[in-house]
Amino acid sequence: MNSAREFLTLSGRWVVEGRRALADGSIWRPQLFPQMLKLGVQSVPVALFVAVFTGIVLALLSSYMFTRAIPLYFVGTLVTKAVMLELGPVLTGMALAGRVGASVAAELGTMRVTEQVDALETLAISPHAYLVTPRVLAATLMFPVVTAMAMAVGVLSGWFTAVNLLDLSSVEFLRGARQFYNFKDIWFGLVKSASFGAAIATMGCVAGLAARGGAEGVGIATTRAVVLGCQAILVLDAFWALVLL
Amino acid sequence: MIEFHAVSKHFGDKVVLDQLSLTIPEGQTTALMGFSGTGKSVALKHIVGLLEPDRGYVEVDGQVVGDLGYDALMELRRTIGYVFQFAALFDSLTVRENLSLGLRRQGLSDQVVAERVAESLALVELPDVADRHPAELSGGMRKRVGIARAIALRPRYILYDEPTTGLDPVTTLAMDELMIRARRELGATSVVVTHDLGSAFAVADRIAFLYEGRIRQVGTVREIRETADPLVREFINARAGMGAPA
Repeated sequence: MNSAREFLTLSGRWVVEGRRALADGSIWRPQLFPQMLKLGVQSVPVALFVAVFTGIVLALLSSYMFTRAIPLYFVGTLVTKAVMLELGPVLTGMALAGRVGASVAAELGTMRVTEQVDALETLAISPHAYLVTPRVLAATLMFPVVTAMAMAVGVLSGWFTAVNLLDLSSVEFLRGARQFYNFKDIWFGLVKSASFGAAIATMGCVAGLAARGGAEGVGIATTRAVVLGCQAILVLDAFWALVLL
Repeated sequence: MIEFHAVSKHFGDKVVLDQLSLTIPEGQTTALMGFSGTGKSVALKHIVGLLEPDRGYVEVDGQVVGDLGYDALMELRRTIGYVFQFAALFDSLTVRENLSLGLRRQGLSDQVVAERVAESLALVELPDVADRHPAELSGGMRKRVGIARAIALRPRYILYDEPTTGLDPVTTLAMDELMIRARRELGATSVVVTHDLGSAFAVADRIAFLYEGRIRQVGTVREIRETADPLVREFINARAGMGAPA
């Protein structure tokens, strides 16, 4: 009961602070671009690494499942559908929950335990405007970009695997990919990834700003951010599937 | 003027402040002294609204800090400079950016910000560190930059949280001189949390001695030096035994 009340109080305070911070553009605007570079651009290698192997495994798995019963060109269908609708956004989100969520929580947690967050407040600068808003906005804007790249690389690696390791031509792979293609497949994944970005950055900020004590407190905050970020991705994934599909 | 009215604060089961009442007079330097864990730093944080009392209230210039809305609290904070125990400089920013952040928040022009930064660093005798990061500075230099960040705002009040803790005797003397100079040149009302007796005697006009979350004794430096209170006497004698002037 107490936990529920604390959760609601914290959520309410974050909504109020968030709205106020959003209006304070002179504070967060200069921080936005550096955060987009840090949370988005610098996450590209991790996301692409995950995407390459997702595409390979999907192509191989689908060919294994489709043996004889279903034409092999459906490998193209399954790889593109699965990468765009689900595995691209979710696996990229999970990978970035580790990278982005942990780095945000560790940075803000260290600032909290070394009184840098208090110092901001004494300078009449809202930590929500200076620290939280640019990170959440940057992650929300950049996750779809990173995910789009991961989707493209995932499909390409699936195609490359199909052509080189399976008995499938590029034309057949493309035929399968186009067979059930729907523009919604792309924007559905990108909308999901934007919400994942917002959730991961928010969880990192919540955990980081709640850090107490010293190094141990920062470690706990970092772990918490990653766990909460991954849980948020799964909940949001189910939510968007219910709402948009 | 800063006034504590029966302020109580607890963390879990531990009572840190227990109906603390104290007046910090305008234009003077008041040292808050006492044994470790008696609530000195916690009291300081109540002045800027970093902590809220469980009971009682704190008034600054006649305004109850806990009753202030967001904008009024921000306005109040612009009149207060806060020097943190470990400086709390922003790691990712240079010294210049650390000092500029609060000044830009006040809406000052780039030229005025640059002048204030240069003046403040000159006042703490660190004119050449503006482009360095905090990690490149010694502990004493970081504390002086922390003071520069506070005084750059030209505050009406300066709150020092253990400014000499962990410093060698020479650097401690330099910090004392700096606090005296900051008060003389800015005319700011200062509150210094310390358990460094020598430092308190050097910089303070008045000393408030905290014990178990309450004020045990308040008086001028002379009154505290000559106190008959056995507990305060014990503190002074213990510190004198460690080399501080009694």
